[in-house]
Amino acid sequence: MWDYIKLAVLGAIAVLAAIAANYARDLAYMVNALTVMLAAAITFVWVLRRTDTPKVQPANEYLDGVVRAGVIATAFWGVVGFLVGVTVAFQLAFPALNFSELAHGYLNFGKLRPLHTSAVIFAFGGNALLMSSFYVVQRTSAARLWGGNLAWFVFWGYQLVIVLAATGYILGATQSKEYAEPEWYVDWWLTIVWVAYLAVFLGTIIKRKEPHIYVANWFYLSFIVTIAMLHVVNNLAIPVSVFGSKSVQVFAGVQDAMTQWWYGHNAVGFFLTAGFLGMMYYFVPKQAERPVFSYKLSIIHFWALIFLYIWAGPHHLHYTALPEWASTLGMVFSIILWMPSWGGMINGLMTLSGAWDKIRTDPVIRMMVISVGFYGMSTFEGPMMSIKAVNSLSHYTDWTIGHVHSGALGWNGMITFGALYFLVPRLWNRAGLYSLKLVSWHFWLATIGIVLYAAAMWVTGIMEGLMWREVDANGFLVNAFADTVAAKFPMYVVRGLGGVMYLTGAIIMVYNLWATVAKQPATATANAAVPAE
Amino acid sequence: MSKKPTTTKTQVETTGHSWDGIEEYNNPLPRWWLWTFYLTIIWGLIYTILYPAWPLVHSATQGLWGGNPRIAVEAEIQRFDDANAAIEAKLVDTDLTAIAADGELLDFATNAGGAVFKTWCAQCHGAGAAGAKGYPNLVDNDWLWGGSIEDIHTTIQHGIRNAEDADARYSEMPKFGADELLEPAQIDQVVQYVRQISGQEHDAGLASEGAVVFADNCSACHMEDGTGDRAQGAPNLTDAIWLYGGDVAALTETVTNARFGVMPAWSDRLSEADIRAVATWVHSRGGGE
Repeated sequence: MWDYIKLAVLGAIAVLAAIAANYARDLAYMVNALTVMLAAAITFVWVLRRTDTPKVQPANEYLDGVVRAGVIATAFWGVVGFLVGVTVAFQLAFPALNFSELAHGYLNFGKLRPLHTSAVIFAFGGNALLMSSFYVVQRTSAARLWGGNLAWFVFWGYQLVIVLAATGYILGATQSKEYAEPEWYVDWWLTIVWVAYLAVFLGTIIKRKEPHIYVANWFYLSFIVTIAMLHVVNNLAIPVSVFGSKSVQVFAGVQDAMTQWWYGHNAVGFFLTAGFLGMMYYFVPKQAERPVFSYKLSIIHFWALIFLYIWAGPHHLHYTALPEWASTLGMVFSIILWMPSWGGMINGLMTLSGAWDKIRTDPVIRMMVISVGFYGMSTFEGPMMSIKAVNSLSHYTDWTIGHVHSGALGWNGMITFGALYFLVPRLWNRAGLYSLKLVSWHFWLATIGIVLYAAAMWVTGIMEGLMWREVDANGFLVNAFADTVAAKFPMYVVRGLGGVMYLTGAIIMVYNLWATVAKQPATATANAAVPAE
Repeated sequence: MSKKPTTTKTQVETTGHSWDGIEEYNNPLPRWWLWTFYLTIIWGLIYTILYPAWPLVHSATQGLWGGNPRIAVEAEIQRFDDANAAIEAKLVDTDLTAIAADGELLDFATNAGGAVFKTWCAQCHGAGAAGAKGYPNLVDNDWLWGGSIEDIHTTIQHGIRNAEDADARYSEMPKFGADELLEPAQIDQVVQYVRQISGQEHDAGLASEGAVVFADNCSACHMEDGTGDRAQGAPNLTDAIWLYGGDVAALTETVTNARFGVMPAWSDRLSEADIRAVATWVHSRGGGE
């Protein structure tokens, strides 16, 4: 019966998408509609072929297939995102790489840049969060994921969001909000997927067999709930036509800007910080085989972090039309946020006390440690940059780009790599990783790459900030904007090379993970849901 | 590991919970962490009392010390405006051609003009004023509308071929090909002729026929010898300096579809002192007449 409802819904979606493609008012909408039609049709056939076959749902076994798929998606989108990142980095150094005439503008920096940010944050980071949260919540709740195959719907639904968004950007569908570029119908679809995600996660926690909820799950849950709220409010828009991609924001002017950066900053706060702290709280103690340093600290810094983060957004709008009081509050909350952020770093690093020798012997732990180190560094740099006087120099410069990347490449990237190295042997039941030496190579390539990247951006950022504000004795500007662009060129090349190193490390990782699955001897499966004590 | 981890302090207990083998120590909050956290909160409270911070129903607290960066920036600009007021007034009152004779005034005008140029003009003409395709080079001796300081001043004030200033410099080359004023063969001929008078490689046969086409169609603006007419902004075609390129393809495109370069009028965006300053700066770049 349930299968027939599914078939009816999928059939209806395919037909409606075909109609929408037929009446499409713009190319991006048409391509997106055809993509949806194709996805619905493929799923229709897949369901049809399985109709009325008995389905086995072993209740006492973890649902790991979706986590395996998530691991593959994370690695795949990671390499794609880094590759686009390296491309846009070199486009900035060598504008000829836009291939404007050859590609008719479709590969211009302006189109590829959101492709890069969405690919690394939402495709790479998002899949890392999805798959790790599905893994962690099952292990720490000793329960199979709630909702049958709903987790699979979340996984594939999320991949569809990524594909629709990416093709949309290239073909010109964007609402021009940073990190919230996808147009209204993609936003609606993501909302549905996200509610399903919340249901799977919360359902699993509710049916847990452990008496308490593990700290990692607090962070994951706060991430899922807050992202839902941010996403819905920041994407309040009225479509111009149901057959077109364009929509109009309901907020205007400075209210729109403030909503956008309330969203934008908390995307950093809850997607890239809280969610990844959830990852850190599981994988670091597991890999180190040590207890978490302080339960008390985890409680205090969790609540302080999620309370304070949500107010810090206005620091993105210092020295704009935003009223001064809002700017002040954004700065003050950002600085108070410093210690709550560092609580996570302390708990991560101090968990290793008594096991520091593992940094020497275990490159995976080393990866996790440097990740927490970069987390600490960028959560100090962030509050510092939110100070108005510092911001007047740093704002709109490459310093911001450097800050974001020491967080994204250092913290989010490295902890994800650590989690992937932890998960692949366990998920595919293999006797350890194929090569620890390759993990070491990955570690050093990535670390040196980040250092090159961040150092280059500090230099260009501070340099261009100083050049912009330089005036002569009569108060006249000394430099043209183009002078600052020319002065940055060597550092842009260094930044690009840093990106190449980071990308190379990731490709080595993909090979290592593939070889782990393909070449390592198999071990007995161990995915029965058993409470720890 | 065979050795148990040892610490100087007594070993703290775990909370007794365990998830998938993960336990948690019951360590207290690090004291330095807690006190730094408290300090930032206390600092935050003091800061929000001193500066505009807390929203009220229709306004917000302005803070005991008040202040805001907009006022600071305005004061900074005002300070320079006041300091420069006297010499700017002098710049506006002095005859354009007399500026160069006054050392102090020339110095100021060149400095100010350079800054104005870098802010408003460099986007098209380049940071060094050397121009680009479609945007004239301002450091050479070739002028479309005149290179005296008065001519430059007029061009900056009113711009070229723009819609917003009735006094903008204006001229329009016919689209000889697109409007079928010339046959394609004639365009090929006249292009070769232009190549000839600009001293480039050319087909002598076509060029000699092109001379006739040129005399009939082009010489009214570009003059019989092709040296152009500044009154109409008609470029000199004999100097091998090209705004859109002097190769066969570029010349054919120019004759076929014509060009229509636009420069905005600056008189309602920049002060008269700024316009005079930037005119002085451009005039001093090497090509000034």
